[in-house]
Formats: sequence, C-alpha cells, structure tokens
Amino acid sequence: MDMSMRILVVDDFATMRRIMKNILKQLGFTNISEADDGSTALEQLKSSKFDMIICDWNMPKMTGIELLKTMKADDDLKNIPFLMVTAEAQKQNVIEAVQAGVSNYVVKPFTAEVIGDKLKRVFG
Amino acid sequence: MDALIINPFIVATKNVLSTMAFIDSKPGKPFLKKDNAARGDVTGIIGITGDANGTIAVTFEELSILKIVSNMFGEEMTELNNEIADAVGELTNMISGQARKELAEVGKVFEGAIPSVVMGKDHSIIHITNGPKVAIPFGTEAGNFTIEVCFDR
Ligand SMILES: [Mg+2]
Repeated sequence: MDMSMRILVVDDFATMRRIMKNILKQLGFTNISEADDGSTALEQLKSSKFDMIICDWNMPKMTGIELLKTMKADDDLKNIPFLMVTAEAQKQNVIEAVQAGVSNYVVKPFTAEVIGDKLKRVFG
Repeated sequence: MDALIINPFIVATKNVLSTMAFIDSKPGKPFLKKDNAARGDVTGIIGITGDANGTIAVTFEELSILKIVSNMFGEEMTELNNEIADAVGELTNMISGQARKELAEVGKVFEGAIPSVVMGKDHSIIHITNGPKVAIPFGTEAGNFTIEVCFDR
C-alpha cells in the first residue's frame, strides 16, 4: 500500500475526524485531508486529486450516501475507493451502500485494527 | 415502556466506551427518574423515532468525560470545552446507532436524529415524550455517568 496516498476524511463531527486522522497516522499514512460535510468534500474532490475517501453517512447538508452516488455518476471521481464509516449499522444501510458501489463498510465504534484491515482489503 | 428496549442501550454504551475510549464501565441498578435534573455536567441527547418515539440522554460527570475524551484523543483534556461537547455528541450518536442495530435484529426498527449537547453545572434534561424516564447509572475508574431512556410506549 502506498503510504503517501492522498486520503480525504469526511465527517461532520470534529471528534471523529480527529480520531480517524490519529489512526491513519498510527498506521503510517502521511497525506490526510479533511472535510466536514459531503458538499465541502465534493468541492475538494473537484479541485484536487485524492486516492481514497473515508466518509461518514449522517451529515447535515450532503450525506455520505449522496456523496457516494454523486461520485459514482462522475467519470473523474467514480474510481476513487470509498470507505463508509458510520454508526448506521442496520442491514438496509449496508445494502444501500453496497448497491451504490461502496468499497467497504465500517460500523462505529471501531478500533484502529479494523480500519487497517479494511484498507488492506480495499487495496489488497 | 417495553423493558426489552432498555437493554440494547446498556450494551451499546459499554461497547462504545470500551472500543473508542478503552474504558470499562459498570452499569448499576436502573431506576425511574421523576425530576429533570441532570446527574452529570455535560449531556448528549438524541431523538429516536419508529416502533416507539422517544429520546435517550447520556450525562457525564466532569471527571469521567475528561478521562473518556483524553483516551479517545490520546491527549490530556483538562476542561469542559467545545471539543468535549463535540465528542459527547458523537458518543451519543454511536450509542444510538449500536442500540438501534440490536433492536432492528429483533424486528424493532428505529431512526436516530442528530444529537444535541448541553454543558454546565445543574442543567436540566427534558425528554419530549411523556413516558417513564428510566435512568441507568454507570461507574468507571474515572467517575460516573448516567443514561436516561424515555419512550412513549
Ligand atoms: Mg455524522
């Protein structure tokens, strides 16, 4: 895995962005950006290149699932791996994300180990 | 209120705190709460709708939440501030999500709203629905917190 890949962490809660950034640094990743909503993430995706999105589901303006669907409909963005990290753990949510083309799915709460594992699976 | 609704919130709370903050918490005996006074100094509250409608609140004593968030961040937190409030909101979110998952597995489907957080000594917790308020006190090595569950049926 390329440890200098550009990762965009998207969550409306600063707490979760901070925990995720800590974990990614702990795993050895060096190039991490953040966004607080799907809409601000989309702006960043359009202005610079990312190799991986780690994204929350529930956010006020544009949700993670809306961002995923928007990316999949955009030829420039549809191939960027998308890891959904959410407290929404019900089956219907997982199914909807899989149908929309999510690369993998993590349920909050999570450990650093789980994040490392899922990233390996996405890039393995 | 259906007693079976309460247990998933107890399990979810223990699980969220042990996974995200490496803190072991022990639930005490649930009791019916008659007043609105918060037992803690910072409270996360979230509306839940579906099979029944209600709210859950998680209220932390200052020392317990400072320790919990310090562990979550790997960094010493020393005062109740916006970072603590944000963390309490997200903890409440995760507890609601985990509990709703368990409830969905036994056929009770709920949706969670976006949490709000109240901070300060001697604040109140108002549950919007008119059901009984079941409170469950928890102890940790660093202080106590209480969850309150209130559903209309
Ligand atoms: Mg969120």
